[in-house]
Amino acid sequence: MGMEVLIQGNAAIAESAIRAGCKYYFGYPITPSSEIAEYYAARNHQDGIVYVQAETEMAAFNMVAGVASVGKLGMTATSGPGFCLGVEAVSFMSSAELPAVIVDCMRPGPGDGEILAAQGDYFQLTKGGGHGDYRTIVLAPYSVQELADYTVKAFALAGKYRNPVILASDGALSKQYENAILPEPAQEPEIPDWALRGGETWHTVVTCGYGPAQWEAHCLSLQKKYSEIREREQVWESYQTEDADLILVAYGSAARVVLDAMKRARAQGMKVGMIRPITLWPFPEKAFAGLDRTYLAVELSAGQMVEDVRLSVPDRDKVHFYGKLGGLLPSVEDLMDAMEALVRQKK
Amino acid sequence: MKTIYQAPAVMTGAYMTTCGGCGHGLAAKLLGEIIDELGIARDLLLVLPIGCATNAWEYYQVDSFCALHGRAPAVATGIKRASPERIVVAYQGDGDLASEGMSEIIHATIRGEKLSVIFINNTIFGMTGAQMAPTTMLEQVTSTSPKGKKASDAGEPVLMAELLAQIPGCFSSERVALNNPQNIRAAKRAIKNAIVNQMNGRGLSFVEVLSPCPTGWKTAPVDAIQWIEKEIIPVYPLGVKKQPEEVRNEV
Repeated sequence: MGMEVLIQGNAAIAESAIRAGCKYYFGYPITPSSEIAEYYAARNHQDGIVYVQAETEMAAFNMVAGVASVGKLGMTATSGPGFCLGVEAVSFMSSAELPAVIVDCMRPGPGDGEILAAQGDYFQLTKGGGHGDYRTIVLAPYSVQELADYTVKAFALAGKYRNPVILASDGALSKQYENAILPEPAQEPEIPDWALRGGETWHTVVTCGYGPAQWEAHCLSLQKKYSEIREREQVWESYQTEDADLILVAYGSAARVVLDAMKRARAQGMKVGMIRPITLWPFPEKAFAGLDRTYLAVELSAGQMVEDVRLSVPDRDKVHFYGKLGGLLPSVEDLMDAMEALVRQKK
Repeated sequence: MKTIYQAPAVMTGAYMTTCGGCGHGLAAKLLGEIIDELGIARDLLLVLPIGCATNAWEYYQVDSFCALHGRAPAVATGIKRASPERIVVAYQGDGDLASEGMSEIIHATIRGEKLSVIFINNTIFGMTGAQMAPTTMLEQVTSTSPKGKKASDAGEPVLMAELLAQIPGCFSSERVALNNPQNIRAAKRAIKNAIVNQMNGRGLSFVEVLSPCPTGWKTAPVDAIQWIEKEIIPVYPLGVKKQPEEVRNEV
């Protein structure tokens, strides 16, 4: 077990990635993600670490695809406007089944938007985002400790399923300092057989079809993999849902405030619980199965995850929404007011 | 019986999907010969474009990566940085390199990536049906310049070999043509040189190859070759644009 350290969220992501064996990082500066690039840049040429400052996010994502093709671990981090530029490569890597980890430190859009916390990239991250029928695993930590843990998990899942994995952070989580225990250093993984590894065998990374029948077969094999991921990899945390009349649903930075609000409501005698999705895709629909309650989804968006909540609960009319836009988090008082309004409405 | 000619051993024997008279077939054969002569089939990693050369992954028994449109130099950068022992060759067309991927080739050159880039310039987007490219000649008729390309609308043809030669990270830059036996021999030497440069640890080596596209130009193959000589070469001068003296006679 490692020692607990006080560390910034972005630094925890970078250090954990290095410890997971990711030696190749391709960066393009954008707030609130830039410390991850700076962390790798400070270690460039040490212990085999390679930092390349790409000319665009588009190039950075494609450089990561290149690293993945030779069977090594690569990473890049960005925020919404940059993610948009790189998303062609996410579609490509999904189709070519190249494993990689991409960090999206979400900030408010649309457009250039703002630079504080937001969750408005949910649709883009979880519903494909780029062209074609593909899925990426999306992990949403809510503390610096979880940023460290799920960075390691992201590489493991990417390798296991040969698929890009998105680590969804945000402008509050990435920038804050907390105590965390960092992962133990691991070796770079073995070069897998499918990689462009040279020697006596030769392989091709190609995403062009050979006519509809061949391409349909390829797409169906991807869909089969996505079904397996949906079945096996849902991760969430439930808090006092058993006796709850009202269940709050939140992830990432929003979940921290929501958890505090839940505790205060409990202290005041309200039967409130909470579900915190940790995988945004696959959405943890199993957490909601058979739980016919009133729900309040709280997001730093105009209402995106709430659509998946509605698809997962027994009665979608009992799902309500509270959103905060522009970069600020709601206060516990804001959420108490929202909960009390719901309870009054029910009476 | 004495063998007087055979296909390069590295080639798979797959049918080439290019049209009759197309320069890609010739360039692909030259690359195959070079791979054999240098004995680098197991070390080579070919990064291919979107365009008429995408299918070249079927031609060779070597590792290959068919990159997204224009992104070959970025993908090649990732590969070379992670696996510096590989010989990474990007093979791109003019829509791919000079239009969609202009940023990627410029910046790979600025960084001085240890790559070899073969740039097939046939003055149009071939695969999509002969549309205008940044390399299209003035007054050239294409499906998106039906009255001929005008400088006032689309600018003058871009001279990639000269453009990249201005960048300090460019180790060597040369323009060749596939229009007669002499020039084809020179093209082979230039491509081989670009690969040997990389094997010797040197920075980005660029070879621009003027290449016929009779289908896209709507000409007979023989006229296409003459058009290169009479019209294209005067605008796109052949020769070495940048090359340090010490490597000039290495191959």
